[in-house]
Amino acid sequence: MPETIQVELPELHQVAAFPIRASSDTDGHDTQEAVPGSHIFEVALGCCLVGGPIIRTEGVQKRFGKVEALKGVDLEVQPGTIFGLLGPNGAGKTTAVRILTTLLDLDGGSAQVAGMDVVRDAEALRFKIGLAGQYAAVDENLTGLENLELVGRLYHLGRAEARRRGGEILERFDLSDAAGRPARTYSGGMRRRLDVAASLVGRPEVLFLDEPTTGLDPRSRTDVWSFIRELQADGTTLLLTTQYLEEADQLADRIGVIDVGTVIAQGTSDQLKEQIGGEVLELHVSNRDETERAAEVLKGLGTGEHTVDPATGLVKVQAGRDGTSVVFEAVRRMDSSNVWIEDLALHKPTLDDVFLTLTGHAVAEEADTGAEAPRKGRRRRKEART
Amino acid sequence: MSTTTVASPPTGLVERGLLAVNDGLVVAWRNLVGIWRVPTVLVFELVQPIMFVLLFRYVYANAFANIPGGDYVMFLLPGIFVQNAIFGSTTTAIGLAEDLKRGLIDRFRSLPMARSAVLAGRTTSDLAKNLILVLLMIGIGYLVGFRFQEGLLAALGVIALVLAVSFTFSWICATVGLAIKQVEAVQAAIFTMVFPIVFVSAAFVPVAGMAAFLQPIAEHNPVTYWCNLARYLSIGEVAVIDPATGVASYTLEELIVKSVLWIVVLLAIFIPVSIRLYRKLT
Repeated sequence: MPETIQVELPELHQVAAFPIRASSDTDGHDTQEAVPGSHIFEVALGCCLVGGPIIRTEGVQKRFGKVEALKGVDLEVQPGTIFGLLGPNGAGKTTAVRILTTLLDLDGGSAQVAGMDVVRDAEALRFKIGLAGQYAAVDENLTGLENLELVGRLYHLGRAEARRRGGEILERFDLSDAAGRPARTYSGGMRRRLDVAASLVGRPEVLFLDEPTTGLDPRSRTDVWSFIRELQADGTTLLLTTQYLEEADQLADRIGVIDVGTVIAQGTSDQLKEQIGGEVLELHVSNRDETERAAEVLKGLGTGEHTVDPATGLVKVQAGRDGTSVVFEAVRRMDSSNVWIEDLALHKPTLDDVFLTLTGHAVAEEADTGAEAPRKGRRRRKEART
Repeated sequence: MSTTTVASPPTGLVERGLLAVNDGLVVAWRNLVGIWRVPTVLVFELVQPIMFVLLFRYVYANAFANIPGGDYVMFLLPGIFVQNAIFGSTTTAIGLAEDLKRGLIDRFRSLPMARSAVLAGRTTSDLAKNLILVLLMIGIGYLVGFRFQEGLLAALGVIALVLAVSFTFSWICATVGLAIKQVEAVQAAIFTMVFPIVFVSAAFVPVAGMAAFLQPIAEHNPVTYWCNLARYLSIGEVAVIDPATGVASYTLEELIVKSVLWIVVLLAIFIPVSIRLYRKLT
């Protein structure tokens, strides 16, 4: 009789495509194929589900009238990780979150969260997820505790249990002192904390935070960051959207960069920076009117990617692998064409550089009308951000 | 630790129904706490109908000839009760639009609660609020000379009718609120809708005095049936006897059947339509 059962899984997520073997001893005697329906198959399938991504979307599309908000979004988020969805306003971040939290139907593709289809299993899925939207969605007239009690009772916890859980969460979010005060008297940071607290009452497996720090002062932002990390430590999977590169860099295990409805890159912060492949030369000209001329002079340097910001006199050059020789060449060219430099620096790429490079390409693909289009697009973006 | 969490959606029809009622009551509780905490909103909502009573009672009292029953105060107040029920239900639309704006509806929609609960809760809390409004209006009515003359049961019938009308209009307003969404636009739309419905009816004046082209509309306006039923129950048959001809325009049975039918039909349309809008919100 077999004493131990070993299940060999060729590769998680792909298990169904491979024969699964269960053997009773190490040298493979008494080997059984796991056929669908058998106990061993169930075990193997269970492992597969546990091991797979907790959020998976394939080709998710959404349109609002003529506007294509999402044009085929593919995402994978592993359990227990923080995934940052990074993109400018209007990129489709909120639409994606609304689809994943069952608020919005999708027009194409499919999406699963916690093993459930967001459309077919919407009702069951709502027990597994929490959402803190872009606005602090708290009832102004209810106290902090009553707000959490309200949510708890709508999860069909008993009144007493809803209160107890509410009190516990308020304590954790440092809101116990304000528990009996109407939320209308709360500061912006406290409201945001209460909002996130409310999204935790149902003890969600997956928590969605849509721009959790937008509009907060730096101190409240740091607070929000620290409790996001705490939540992850407790085993919650988090998907957060942000327009702040720093935030994604600080918090997210993996980042998806989204622009005009498409995920244009996915990976860890380091992987994304790697994509740029090298260093960045940043140069400010003394006379801002000469910014364009400086860019002209520096044309062709490095990998050929430029970013120009006439408002601050900044020219950024993607220097590639050999940053030092690009610096020398840049200085020589500036010297011979008499453009004075205020400062000049060579540094490793930041996520900011990644973002500009990536979205620049995206605009180029979309416009596809000539070499001028991408640069214009990038410049506009840069201006909007400074 | 108690484990009362329902970790999966209920499957039985009865269980689902009970949970929907529970969720609706929880939302209603939340709305009522809001009304209680910010009483100024309620106070101003009460001031407006008082103003209506006083204006109509003292400005128009002798302006209208051929008032059924002969006494304008007796004619006016039941109409005012119905008018108030309708105006009072407009808060349903505004409350929903405000919840939408604040993102609360998003939160509710992401929770495993009944899809009917936010609307049922709002219409229920507005019903409770409108009960206070009706009782206050009856009090004001008594101060300016109105009296129920058909006994307690008939008076309770008036209150029940008025509440049913306010509940019905709450669902209509819920539909408008969810369809239009922006608070200011909702406010404007609701009043543009409600004013003609109430004024082109027998709420304040007999239909016989209106422009000829309006008369058929006013006559078939459900508000006219409701007002006349409220009058009949308040002061008896004299309320529907045309002073010019001396003939009763309706029988009590006719008024009851038509009034109830309108309420049932409107609810049967607007409850499912508004819940569908709620489900499909974007």
